[in-house]
Amino acid sequence: MRTDDIGFRVSTGLFGALLIAVVGGIAVVLYTDAVSAIEKFGWQFWQTEIWDPIAGEFGARPFIWGTLYSAVLALLIAAPIALGIAIFISELCPAWLRRPLVFLTELLAAIPSIVYGLWGIFVLVPFTRQLEAATPPWMKALPLFSGPPLGLGMLSAAILLAIMVVPFSSSVAREVLKAVPQAQREAAYALGATRWEAIRMALFYARTGIIGSIMLGFGRALGETMAVTMVIGNTPQVSTSLYAPQYTMAAVIANEFAEAADKLHLHALVEIGLVLFIITLAVNVLSRTFIWSLSNPGRAIRRKVRPAAVAEPA
Amino acid sequence: MRNYWRKGMSHAIVALCAGAVLLALVPLALILFYVLKQGVSAISWTFFTHTPAQIGDPAGGMANGIVGSLIVTGLGALFAIPVGVIAGVYASEYRGTRFAAAVRFAADTLNGVPSIVIGVFAYGVVVLPFQRFSAFAGGFALGIMMLPLVMRTTEELLLLVPPTLREGALALGATRARAVFTVVLPAALPGIVTGILLALARVAGETAPLLFTSLNNAYFSTDPRQPISTLTVQVYTFATSPYPEWHRQAWAGALVLVALVLSCSLLARIATARMEKLQRGA
Repeated sequence: MRTDDIGFRVSTGLFGALLIAVVGGIAVVLYTDAVSAIEKFGWQFWQTEIWDPIAGEFGARPFIWGTLYSAVLALLIAAPIALGIAIFISELCPAWLRRPLVFLTELLAAIPSIVYGLWGIFVLVPFTRQLEAATPPWMKALPLFSGPPLGLGMLSAAILLAIMVVPFSSSVAREVLKAVPQAQREAAYALGATRWEAIRMALFYARTGIIGSIMLGFGRALGETMAVTMVIGNTPQVSTSLYAPQYTMAAVIANEFAEAADKLHLHALVEIGLVLFIITLAVNVLSRTFIWSLSNPGRAIRRKVRPAAVAEPA
Repeated sequence: MRNYWRKGMSHAIVALCAGAVLLALVPLALILFYVLKQGVSAISWTFFTHTPAQIGDPAGGMANGIVGSLIVTGLGALFAIPVGVIAGVYASEYRGTRFAAAVRFAADTLNGVPSIVIGVFAYGVVVLPFQRFSAFAGGFALGIMMLPLVMRTTEELLLLVPPTLREGALALGATRARAVFTVVLPAALPGIVTGILLALARVAGETAPLLFTSLNNAYFSTDPRQPISTLTVQVYTFATSPYPEWHRQAWAGALVLVALVLSCSLLARIATARMEKLQRGA
């Protein structure tokens, strides 16, 4: 290796190191800004439900509940749809339709969160309010559908989140399906499989990647801020009701951070941010590992498909 | 009998998948429809030339927000583009190395960090030490968000450049740095520019990281040391206000945002189509 190569390698590598430093920096900065709140409240912070900054009471349980509940609900709606889209685009649709469909789903992903929120407030929320008002009484008896029909609440947030997460998960799942060797499908067809049976084979082959793509969407849903803030109703309470206005971690930071007058309030909000960071980090790392284990062909071949490789014609 | 069942099942699944596509396109159509309908009726020339008006005065606009968004996004791009591009060069040049894998991993991780958390980070790094909200802080937050996008696009596009180009340069006695910066990078430049454009459009539409960094400003300001109005934060403020007058303005702002995103996406699509054509030809 020539000497100037080392200079080039080190100097460009420093810029790469900057990216690593930023990720580390986020963790350090959030921790140092949150440490006084962490020390003062301890685990109590996540176990109490009263959030009253003026009285100095900080219980963050409603936020972590709202974040997880809304993301899980969104995922329940989004996962089958995202998977269906990925299957349709990569396995079923005619070639001429593929590009326009990819473009349209990517457009859905490119629309700013604030536009989703605006649409949510003025179009989706009135719609869900009507839907909620039309609930038959026997359904209202269930805890899932209890409460007055406000429109602003968990249901609107989950639907809006689902809409936002679908293009994201489906584009990753599409890439994952693309990585499945054609021979897998051909083998299934050769054995007389129907279309769905061949697709099922491909799905099974790509199962870790598929789970990864769904989880990546989950990570997105956990951290989504503006759209959720605008439709969830921003009421700190733990409720299983879809109709109840609730709150999320991202939303409380968005709403209160700029106006947090006293230090403790601010630090409590940073602690919420820190935990949100840790949760999304864990979800992302896990899903990337899933996806990576599939798209890294060397490992996949060694681990999974050696018998099939033997059967392939030389 | 069993075969009928299998075929029926297959057809049903195919239909369900097609249904999923239609189901996802419904909200897209609805959102575009409403933004267009409400936005077009609310937008006017004054929207681009005036600052937000008092309630009751219909002559207001978001001129300061539009300029502010440009400034804040520009400030972010100022450091995110060079850092991202060079980090991308590193990751593609030394792609087999452990450190390159670590950089790539950091970029993907950063890409997954919620934008509101980036805002809290920017608050801690820029707002707290200087004791003031500023356009700088907003630019810092947006730049951090751009970094992984720029880095990954650069890396991916550099990998598309045919190895023969680099080998030609090296054979002529160029150093690695020279081969990269005068031959490989220029060859991938159109694609990289497109990618950067998309990244710019994406972060320009961000609201959450600006809420408590660049804050907002009712007046026209271009001073990066002061709080500044941005299009997205202004839309948020207006959308959550109780005044129908302001709601109309918010829709107009949304229309501008969507138009920006749409034109960038179309441009990128045309550019990538052209790139692919070139590659097939080569």
